[in-house]
Amino acid sequence: MRSFKNNSMKWRYFKQALFFGTVRLSALIIALALGGILLYIIINGISAISWDFITQPPTDSMTKGGIMPAILGTIYLTIGAIAVGLPLGIASAIYLTEYAKQGRVIRLIKVGINCLAGVPSVVFGLFGLGFFVIFMKFGSSILSGSLTLGFLILPTIIGAAEEALKSVPQTFREASLSLGVSKWQTTYRIVLPNAMPGILTGSILGIGRAAGETAPIMFTAAAYFTAKLPGSIFDEVMALPYHIYVLATAGTNIEATRPIQFGTVLVLVAVVLSIDLIAIIIRGHIRKNKRW
Amino acid sequence: MDSNTIIQLSHVNFYYDQSRALTDISMGFMKNKVTALIGPSGCGKSTLLRLLNRMNDLIDGTRVEGEILFEDKNIYAQDVDPVEIRRKIGMVFQKPNPFPKTIYNNIAYGPKLTSTNHNDLDMLVEQSLKQAVLWDEVKDILNKSAMNLSGGQQQRLCIARALAMRPDILLMDEPTSALDPISTAKIEELIEELKKEYTIIIVTHNMQQAARISDETAFFYIGNLVEYNKTEKIFTKPDMKHTEDYITGRFG
Repeated sequence: MRSFKNNSMKWRYFKQALFFGTVRLSALIIALALGGILLYIIINGISAISWDFITQPPTDSMTKGGIMPAILGTIYLTIGAIAVGLPLGIASAIYLTEYAKQGRVIRLIKVGINCLAGVPSVVFGLFGLGFFVIFMKFGSSILSGSLTLGFLILPTIIGAAEEALKSVPQTFREASLSLGVSKWQTTYRIVLPNAMPGILTGSILGIGRAAGETAPIMFTAAAYFTAKLPGSIFDEVMALPYHIYVLATAGTNIEATRPIQFGTVLVLVAVVLSIDLIAIIIRGHIRKNKRW
Repeated sequence: MDSNTIIQLSHVNFYYDQSRALTDISMGFMKNKVTALIGPSGCGKSTLLRLLNRMNDLIDGTRVEGEILFEDKNIYAQDVDPVEIRRKIGMVFQKPNPFPKTIYNNIAYGPKLTSTNHNDLDMLVEQSLKQAVLWDEVKDILNKSAMNLSGGQQQRLCIARALAMRPDILLMDEPTSALDPISTAKIEELIEELKKEYTIIIVTHNMQQAARISDETAFFYIGNLVEYNKTEKIFTKPDMKHTEDYITGRFG
């Protein structure tokens, strides 16, 4: 009896060790894969990075010089996408979670939004081309690109905002309403500020996607080459993802520009991380004093 | 409805979807008295409390029948704004629920958003905190987060927050059930003090508490008002056998 018990304990410990081992291994594989990609980009790209690379426009048919217009273009487009996607996404989420009567129609809308998140980005690109560029006559411009990217990240932001709004304790809403404060004021003054850190966390994913996508801006905003910096939101811009695509597939001398390609990739990664970092800092700032 | 009655229910039924939670309730609450609502869990006493300031409106699929008269008007009439009702009928909840704001802003929140006169806000905050007997403990930390206060202090803060709206009636839904005995005693003293100016309706599971602090007691059982009388009468010689069984702990 005793030895049976011991054996069963050993077996249980073995199962536990096996389980933890598997989980650890999975985490390790992910970390290695990510680290590997990053390392590969850094090793191949670091030689191209210089002050001139990030402050000068390309020269000699884009085989020399820098990528400054593309950096700026990507920053403009990302900020534009946030400006479009964040308010619209938060407003939609507020409607869906706080105001709409939960039922069939709302469930259907939510399914629709989730489907939208799975739509390939090139479809958004074509939509942007058809609607913003041609129909609305915005042309290929920062405006068209921002709107297209904004719509692309909308499902991500709505999803994040919904989760964040739902996680605000119901007791806060009750406390505010019981004071005779209106529903809108309750939402605006109590629910939204407490959901903001969560909304930003989720939105960071969308922001990274907006900065990195090529297909949606290919038809709506990105220029093959322009040394001139945009003067208004109706101008075309170069953008990092599209620039990489161009250099790697359609450049005049693909092999010779490899270092520039990797350098541009490295800069793109850095730009995305910086934008994320800003969002994280803002989140930390809001989060202070907000705990329950 | 005599002049001492502040709020009068007549033939009130209440439904959650298809199931009836309150059956034909008719009762009046007395001005400047403490009325305790007692009864076993699920008897409808909290539901009744939340009917009085239309907090049940927040739950989808609820339905009210009958009339609840407050200031000569049915608070469930079509043209009544529940927001207005809640300004006059405040509420304190079971679990302390301060906002994640400073102590000062917790109190100032309601008045700031609902009145146009902001001049005396500091004064109002001080008065409300004094009324809730919390002022001496927090007067030097008004700009600290309310989340750092103890449970009992948080509950008194919530009372002060409700008082800052200068309501006529204060509804309390088991306000001490999450508190230790010392904090509970403080809140009970406070209720004694507050009834001079406010009408208090309190739901409690604690028989001794009901006996100690209330003037009137209503006993509910499965959605029915079984007995409603002076507290002394209810706890010494209740008319109904059912009431006696409950308060003596023979069931419930």
